[in-house]
Amino acid sequence: MSAREDILARVRKNQPAPTGLPAVPTFDGDSTVPLLERFKAGVVRMGGKVVAAPDGPLDALIRSLHPEARVVCSATAAVAGTYPLDPSRPPAQLDGVDVGVVRAVFGVAETGSVWLTGAQFKVNALGFLSQHLVVLLDPARIVANMHHAYRERAQFDAPYGVFMTGPSATADIEGVLIHGAQGIRSLTVVLEAATSSGSGSSRRVP
Amino acid sequence: MKRIDHSEASSKFIKAKDHLEFHDKRLWDLRKKRDRESEHLPEWEELRTLASAIKEHTLTHLADYLEEFERNAIANGATVHWARDAAEHNQIVLDILQANGARTLVKAKSMLTDECEMRPFLETRGIEVMETDLGERIQQLDDEPPSHIVVPAVHKLRGDVARVFAEKIGTDPANSDVHYLAESQRTHTRPYFLRAEAGMTGANFAVAETGTVVVCTNEGNADLSVNLPKLHIASVGVEKVIPKIEHLGVFVRMLSRSALGSPITQLTSHFRAPRPGAQMHVILVDNGRVERLGMADFWPSLKCIRCGACMNTCPVYRRSGGLSYGATYSGPIGVIIDPTFNLRKFSLLPFASTLNGSCTSVCPVRINIHEQIYKWRQVIAERNQLPIVKQEAMRAAGKVLASPRLYRAAAEAANAGISKLPRMVVYNPLNAWGRQREVPDAPLLTFRQWYLKFRSPKK
Amino acid sequence: MKAALFIPCYVDALFPEVAIATLELLERLGVEVDYPLEQTCCGQPMANSGCEKDAAATEQLFAKNFAGYEYIVAPSGSCTHHVREHLTAIPQTPAVAKVRRSTYELVEFVHDVLGTRAFPWAEFRHTVGLHNGCSSLRALRTASASEIAEPAFSKPMTLLSQVKGIKFAMPERPDECCGFGGTFSVFEEPVSARMGQDKVSDHARAGAEYIVSADMSCLMHQKGCAERMGAPVKFIHIAQVLNGTKA
Repeated sequence: MSAREDILARVRKNQPAPTGLPAVPTFDGDSTVPLLERFKAGVVRMGGKVVAAPDGPLDALIRSLHPEARVVCSATAAVAGTYPLDPSRPPAQLDGVDVGVVRAVFGVAETGSVWLTGAQFKVNALGFLSQHLVVLLDPARIVANMHHAYRERAQFDAPYGVFMTGPSATADIEGVLIHGAQGIRSLTVVLEAATSSGSGSSRRVP
Repeated sequence: MKRIDHSEASSKFIKAKDHLEFHDKRLWDLRKKRDRESEHLPEWEELRTLASAIKEHTLTHLADYLEEFERNAIANGATVHWARDAAEHNQIVLDILQANGARTLVKAKSMLTDECEMRPFLETRGIEVMETDLGERIQQLDDEPPSHIVVPAVHKLRGDVARVFAEKIGTDPANSDVHYLAESQRTHTRPYFLRAEAGMTGANFAVAETGTVVVCTNEGNADLSVNLPKLHIASVGVEKVIPKIEHLGVFVRMLSRSALGSPITQLTSHFRAPRPGAQMHVILVDNGRVERLGMADFWPSLKCIRCGACMNTCPVYRRSGGLSYGATYSGPIGVIIDPTFNLRKFSLLPFASTLNGSCTSVCPVRINIHEQIYKWRQVIAERNQLPIVKQEAMRAAGKVLASPRLYRAAAEAANAGISKLPRMVVYNPLNAWGRQREVPDAPLLTFRQWYLKFRSPKK
Repeated sequence: MKAALFIPCYVDALFPEVAIATLELLERLGVEVDYPLEQTCCGQPMANSGCEKDAAATEQLFAKNFAGYEYIVAPSGSCTHHVREHLTAIPQTPAVAKVRRSTYELVEFVHDVLGTRAFPWAEFRHTVGLHNGCSSLRALRTASASEIAEPAFSKPMTLLSQVKGIKFAMPERPDECCGFGGTFSVFEEPVSARMGQDKVSDHARAGAEYIVSADMSCLMHQKGCAERMGAPVKFIHIAQVLNGTKA
C-alpha cells in the first residue's frame, strides 16, 4: 500500500462526524471613511508611502523619490526605467536593481495591501530583489477588505500572486522594527489611473 | 526515555533576569497588540467562530479535501507526494533534490520541517541548507532550535545575536546595533538566494479548490526562496487544507492580528503553479496528525493555524521560554500536541499550566486548549506516566479527603504542628512552597471547630 | 431562603475568618445557612492532577453532604468551577446533577441570585486592587476578560463599589494569572513564585494597600510571595470586606 493510500485510508477511518461549512459574509461594516483614505492610512501604518501621480512623467517622479538610484527596472509601459526587464534571462539578473516599478491590479483598504501576480511583475523576482519598489495603483481599484479581495476570483487562477503590504520587515531581534529584511526596503504607491495607452500621462488624484 | 523537566529548565530561564524580563514584556506586548486589533473589528468573535467552523468542517471531510487539493495541484503542473512520517518526508525531500542535482537549498520558516528534523538529515547528506528567516537563521547559526513558532529568537537579546553573528558570519563583535545586525544578515544571505538550486517553504494554508499553497511572511524570504531557484518544495501538514479561496479572507484576517497585532503580514504569497521551466513539489505530511484526528478529545488541536497567540498570552510560557518545553511546539498548543509524539517524554508538559484559560480565549480558531490540557492530565495519569511522588501524594490525598475523620485529624494536626516548628525546619529543601513564599500561619481553630464551639448546629 | 455552606478544605484549615465572614454575610442578607458538618473537599486537587479516580470518593462524599439543597454557596471560584464542570469521577445520577448545578460561588450568588446591591454595614477606607481568579473570571464569568472584545462588566466590582470609602487601584495586567494553579505551585515552583511576585509588584506599583479576591487560594499564594518579598501589601477576601471587616 502506498503512503498515499495508507494516509487516505486512515484519514477516512479517523475523521470525526461531519460538520457543516458556514457561509462567509463580506463584513462591509458601516464606516463612512472613504476607501482611498483608509487605504492610504493602511499603507502608511505598515511602513509604506503613498504619493499622488505627478503632473509630469513618472520617470521623473521616481528619480525624485529615489535620487540615489542608478538602476531602475520597470515592468510597466508607463515607466521606461534604465534597465530593460528581460524575462528570458535568469531572475538573479535583477540583483542590482535599485528601484523596481510595477502596476498593481487592485488595492485593499482594510490592510493597505496591493495585489500583484506574475503578469504584473513579468519577472516575479522584481518585487523582491529590488531594493525599493514603486507600485502604480488606480485609486478606483481599491476594494474594502480581504473578503472582497478574495472575491476577485479570477486573480487567484494565476500561478503566482501576492498581497504586498508595505516593505519587507522583521522585528526578530529584540522586537526592533526593521524595514528591508530580505526583500524591498521601501514601498511607494503612486495613485494613478491606468490609461489605455499606458503612456504615463495621467489624471492627477488629489 | 527521559522526561522533559520543564520546571528545572524554567528555573534556569528565570535566573537570567534581563532575558526573562525582556521575554515576558515583549510577548505580553504582542498580546496587547492583538487585543487592540480585536477591539477594532466588531466582527472579531464572529470571525473566530467562522474560522473554527471552517476548520472543523474541513477536518471532518479531510480525505475528500486532500484528494481535491491533490487533483488541482497536479492539474497546475505541481507534483504531489505523501509522507507518513518524518523519515519519509525527509527522504522525499532528499530524493527530489538529488533527482535535480540540487545541493544548495534556501528555506523559509516551516515548523513542520523543524518537527521532522529535516535540516540535520539533509546536511549530513551533502545538502547546504540556509534558513532565511532572520529568527530561524540566528537559531541555525547558534545550533539551537527555534523557541517560538513566529518569533524564533525572542529569547535572545541583541548582545546574544551579536555574539553569534560575530562567531559565524564575521560581524563586528562589539556592534550590537539591531539595524547593523539585520543588515548583516541581509547582505550575507542574498548571495545564497541568488545561487540556490532549490527553495523550500511550508504552508500556512493549502487551498483545495485551486491547489494553491499560501505562505505568510513579513520578510519576503518565501518569495525569494521560490522565485529565484528553479525548484520549489512545499512541506504541508495535512491539517493545513482549507476548502476554498474565499475562506482565505477569514484566515488571513485572523492570522497576523492574532500573532503580532498587525492586520496582515507584509507578504501574503499564493503559489499555485511553477514558473515556466521550474518545478513545484508539494509534500503532504501525516507524522501523527491522522492519529490525532481519531482522538475524540484532542482532534480539535488540528485546527491550529500556528499563530502563536497562545504562547504570547501564556504567563507560564513567557516566564520559561519555548526551549524549556524541549519540543518543536511549545506553550499551550505544544502541551496538547506533544504528548502524541511521545507520551512519556512529554508527560510533564501538560502540568506546566495553571489551567487559567487565557490561551483558549485568544485562539483564533477556538481550540479549547486549557480543557485539552486537563484531559491530557487524565490520560497521563491513567497510563501511569505521572511521577511516582505525585501518584502517591494524590492517592494519599484522595483517601484523606474522602474521610471526614481523617481530614479533620490531618488539618488539626498540621495546624498544631506548624505553629510549633522552628523556621528552619519548616523551610527545608523539601518544602517547595517555602522556597520563595511564606507558609500560611496556622489559625487557632479550623472553621469547623469554630462553628461547633460558637454556633449550635441545627437538628 | 436556605443555602448550604461549602467551605473549601484550605479555607477551613488555614483561613477560617473567610468562612466566618461568608457565613455572617449570607445571614445578614437573609439566608438561612446550613453547614453540613461532614464536608471535606470538592476533589479538585486530585482531579486537576490527572487523578480523577483518586477524586471519586471525595466527590461522592461531597454529593452526599450537599444532596437536596437548592443552593450551595462556596467562597471559592475554583472549587465552584470544579463542582459545576468536573465533578465527573462519580456516576451522574439526577441527585448528583442537581448538586452540581446548584453550586454557586459567593459573588455569583450574592449578585445574581440575591441581587444584592447594598451593604450598608460595610466600610473599607483603603485602596484595593481587585484580583479575579482565573476560574471565577474565565470559567464562571463573574467579570469580562481582557482577551475577549466584549462590553466590560464585573460582578465583584459592582458589589465592592457599594462599600463606603473604598478606592480602587488598577494594575497593569488585571487578569493575568497569579500563578497558584493548585499543585502547580509546588511542582512548577520557579514559575509559580515568579508569577506571584509579578502580580504582587503590579498591584503594589498601582498603589493598592490591599489585594481583594473571591478566591482565597490565589490570595494565599500572593500573600506568601508578598511576605517573603517584604512587600507592603495586605490581603483580604471579598466576603470579609462585604461583611464589614474594616481592616
